Amino acid sequence: MKLSERARNTPPSGIRRFFELAEEMDDVISLGVGEPDFSAPWKARAAAIHSLERGRTSYTTNRGMLELREAIADHVPRYGLDYDPESEILVTTGASEAVDLALRALVDPGDAVAVQSPAYISYGPGVRFSGGDPLPVSTRAENDFVMTADDLERAGAADAEVLMICYPNNPTGATASADDLAEIAAFAREHDLTVLADEIYAGLTYEGEHTSIATLPGMRERTVVINGFSKAYAMTGLRLGYALGPSEAVDAMNRIHQYTMLSAPTTAQYAALEALEACQDDVEEMRTQYDRRRRFVISRFQDMGLDCFKATGAFYAFPEAPYDDEQFAEDLLQSEGVAVVPGRVFGEEGHGHLRVSYATGMSDLKAAMNRIERFVAECERGRAET
Amino acid sequence: MADKLELLDLLLEDARESTDTIARQLGCDESEVESMIAELEGDGAILGYQPVVDWSRVETDHVAAEVELNLELDRETKYADVAGRITKFDEVTALRLVSGDYDFDVTVEGDSMRDVSMFVSEQIAPIPEVTQTVTHFVMNTYKNRGLEFIDSDDDDRLSISP
Ligand SMILES: Cc1ncc(COP(=O)(O)O)c(C=O)c1O
Repeated sequence: MKLSERARNTPPSGIRRFFELAEEMDDVISLGVGEPDFSAPWKARAAAIHSLERGRTSYTTNRGMLELREAIADHVPRYGLDYDPESEILVTTGASEAVDLALRALVDPGDAVAVQSPAYISYGPGVRFSGGDPLPVSTRAENDFVMTADDLERAGAADAEVLMICYPNNPTGATASADDLAEIAAFAREHDLTVLADEIYAGLTYEGEHTSIATLPGMRERTVVINGFSKAYAMTGLRLGYALGPSEAVDAMNRIHQYTMLSAPTTAQYAALEALEACQDDVEEMRTQYDRRRRFVISRFQDMGLDCFKATGAFYAFPEAPYDDEQFAEDLLQSEGVAVVPGRVFGEEGHGHLRVSYATGMSDLKAAMNRIERFVAECERGRAET
Repeated sequence: MADKLELLDLLLEDARESTDTIARQLGCDESEVESMIAELEGDGAILGYQPVVDWSRVETDHVAAEVELNLELDRETKYADVAGRITKFDEVTALRLVSGDYDFDVTVEGDSMRDVSMFVSEQIAPIPEVTQTVTHFVMNTYKNRGLEFIDSDDDDRLSISP
């Protein structure tokens, strides 16, 4: 069969190889997982089951059930966001679909799209699928992976049409304060960039409150905010997300969505509605657990002598690898049976780092950190001898 | 200064956790954790640490019953006086004063149903203030102390994901 150039030019993700290596081995503790170890809150699951029992198995309106959009509108003011459920909210099949729709609605062929790096691996390919050219904006470890005007300048982002940012960040766990975002916002205003803000980890912020770039002066009209239920509500498999934006952007996204998706999964919409209305305690409990694990993991890395910046969001630590990140991750997997993801998979500036997910129960996490500590000590002894 | 409630929360999850790991999770010094635990124990807020046992997986005979007790008190006798006598029995593992149709909710444990019934009829029922006993044998335990006794929620995630 003749395959499209687009498909042929899309490389397999760098995660794939590690996945295959890890799958071949027994007794692996994986800190390479990008999703919660918790199941969705029981009340949300029960609501999904109940909706099935009542036979709620048809499509919903394209934009998603109005009741759900209203619940989302009632939920986001906690981040200072205010959107009209009728015209400014679109419910999507995961944040993934929202990212795809936003890019297709905002990018013309040949447009440059400035993409934060390191970041979630789908952005670059997503930009290409929309016909745009991804322009990586490297954020730096010495700035705790917060994007600066200097980073944007150096990347040539002034000429881009769209800027994609993600805070709290996958893979670094970095968050951005209102002051940090103000610098990015000023750049976006000055160069007339539309901002695509993936805030899927907004609910998992550990020090201070999450700030959305859309709340800064002059930004609401140029920003599409993306969020969803996968991370904070532990609902990855239910595939539900949403986009918030000015009605013209949401209309444009919906125009594509109505042909390519019709509507987000109905069962998941019922679960999401219940999640917003009745599961905030569950979210808080999960957040507390992640926060404890975060402190544990970072302090263990620091004691091992690995440079590990203090991640304040999502569920990832991003320590420096003692040597080449890919080689180290492979050696660690082979000799200690601990899987982590080499930072380079997430972009240029990820080189030399490891993404360590703490979405894993404390007993596995403790065992894994002991194994890593042993391995790092061994490496150091080896180095001292040569 | 780490918070005592947070410390209790962690101990309730796993009281055997090392103070080193607890300190890292709370973001404080190990010595701070140790002194807070000592304080909680000293104040009588923490009375002890026990495992949660699923007896169906241990090769032994073990029977538990929830016993409802009704009391009739006189001017000189208070609930606490009667409770003081009942708690003395080793067979009684929990005793609570409750609202509703009866007064005391007693957990009695023993090696057999016969042992437990005999204990209730020979030791508890004869207490002068006790006017009625209703014994409910525990048939199965599905959850106790926040822990599920049925295997569930296996980790079926992909080992590596973006
Ligand atoms: C930053 C980021 N955005 C989006 C997604 C995808 O989320 P969803 O499950 O809602 O499609 C992920 C999942 O790993 C992510 O890490």
